[in-house]
Amino acid sequence: MRVEMFTFLVAGAIVLGGALGVVLLRNPVHNALSLVATLFGVAVLFVAQEAYFLAAIQVIVYAGAIVILFLFVIMLLGVDRVESTERDPLPAQRIIGVLAGLGIGVLSIVILVAGGDDTTGKKSATAPLSDQAPDIERLGKVLFTDYVFAFEVTAVLLTVAVVGAVVLARRPTGEPIDLDEFPDGPAVEHVAMFPDPDDEPDEAFEVTDAATDGDADGSSADADDAAQSADAEVAG
Amino acid sequence: MPQLVLTETWYLVLAAILFSIGATGLLIRRNVLVMFMCVELMLNAVNLSFVAFARSLDDVGGQAVVFFVLVVAAAEVVVGLGIIVAIMRRRPGATADDISLMRG
Repeated sequence: MRVEMFTFLVAGAIVLGGALGVVLLRNPVHNALSLVATLFGVAVLFVAQEAYFLAAIQVIVYAGAIVILFLFVIMLLGVDRVESTERDPLPAQRIIGVLAGLGIGVLSIVILVAGGDDTTGKKSATAPLSDQAPDIERLGKVLFTDYVFAFEVTAVLLTVAVVGAVVLARRPTGEPIDLDEFPDGPAVEHVAMFPDPDDEPDEAFEVTDAATDGDADGSSADADDAAQSADAEVAG
Repeated sequence: MPQLVLTETWYLVLAAILFSIGATGLLIRRNVLVMFMCVELMLNAVNLSFVAFARSLDDVGGQAVVFFVLVVAAAEVVVGLGIIVAIMRRRPGATADDISLMRG
């Protein structure tokens, strides 16, 4: 029991320190690294409560995938952007936020401590945790029997998330190229290497319109049109 | 000095503190990425209390719920970060207060 208490205290300190770091530090990279500390502490607490499989999943999925994704986006957007505080639409929001957070914390702690150490509720009769089998085996058994519908819905959710991420991250057609992202401007090699399949029919359509209009305008427009239509023919 | 016994109440109190830190951060920070990290803190607090209840009630269902919460958190982060990248591409340096086009 003494070892378990020691583990709890150390891991709890890591968890709370990391959480405070996420909230209080200014640099987003430091926030993400503090988040890693918190997630690791929670994984240690999972091990202390004999949830070994969940501890492994916690480290792999959270620290291995989610925080890396956070860091990737931070690096992509630039780490030097500081939080602008000059425009404050709700001046009292920070104070109210701190008070609300303190209220939530103090109230839940009071309720928990006043409730005593006895957990109300029935012990499990069908899926006991204190079986002899390892926890991953019991978890797998219950996932594919009692929770199989939720498991299938999870598959659908992941598919929707992948499709949504791809749709959100692709550049809308017709949007000008961000000069921060490509400082050298629209590179011809880049366009040639990755032709957008949506652009080609539109371009051909516009060129035929312009060609009929451009006959009366002048010779320079005609030359441009001829070059574009030649391009379009090559592309087509 | 009284004998200190580690019961599930300790884990639940820790989870409550972690949740309130996450909620506070969500309310006071303006950086959208940091707000996302605070949501992750709150999800982890709930996971911790689920595992504590799973052990004290001797039921594997609590751990199964944690498994699903992990999946939902991963999907949420993927879609949320996609939205953040899309917003930042259009309006660099936007904070949560600047994204107010759909305010009521």
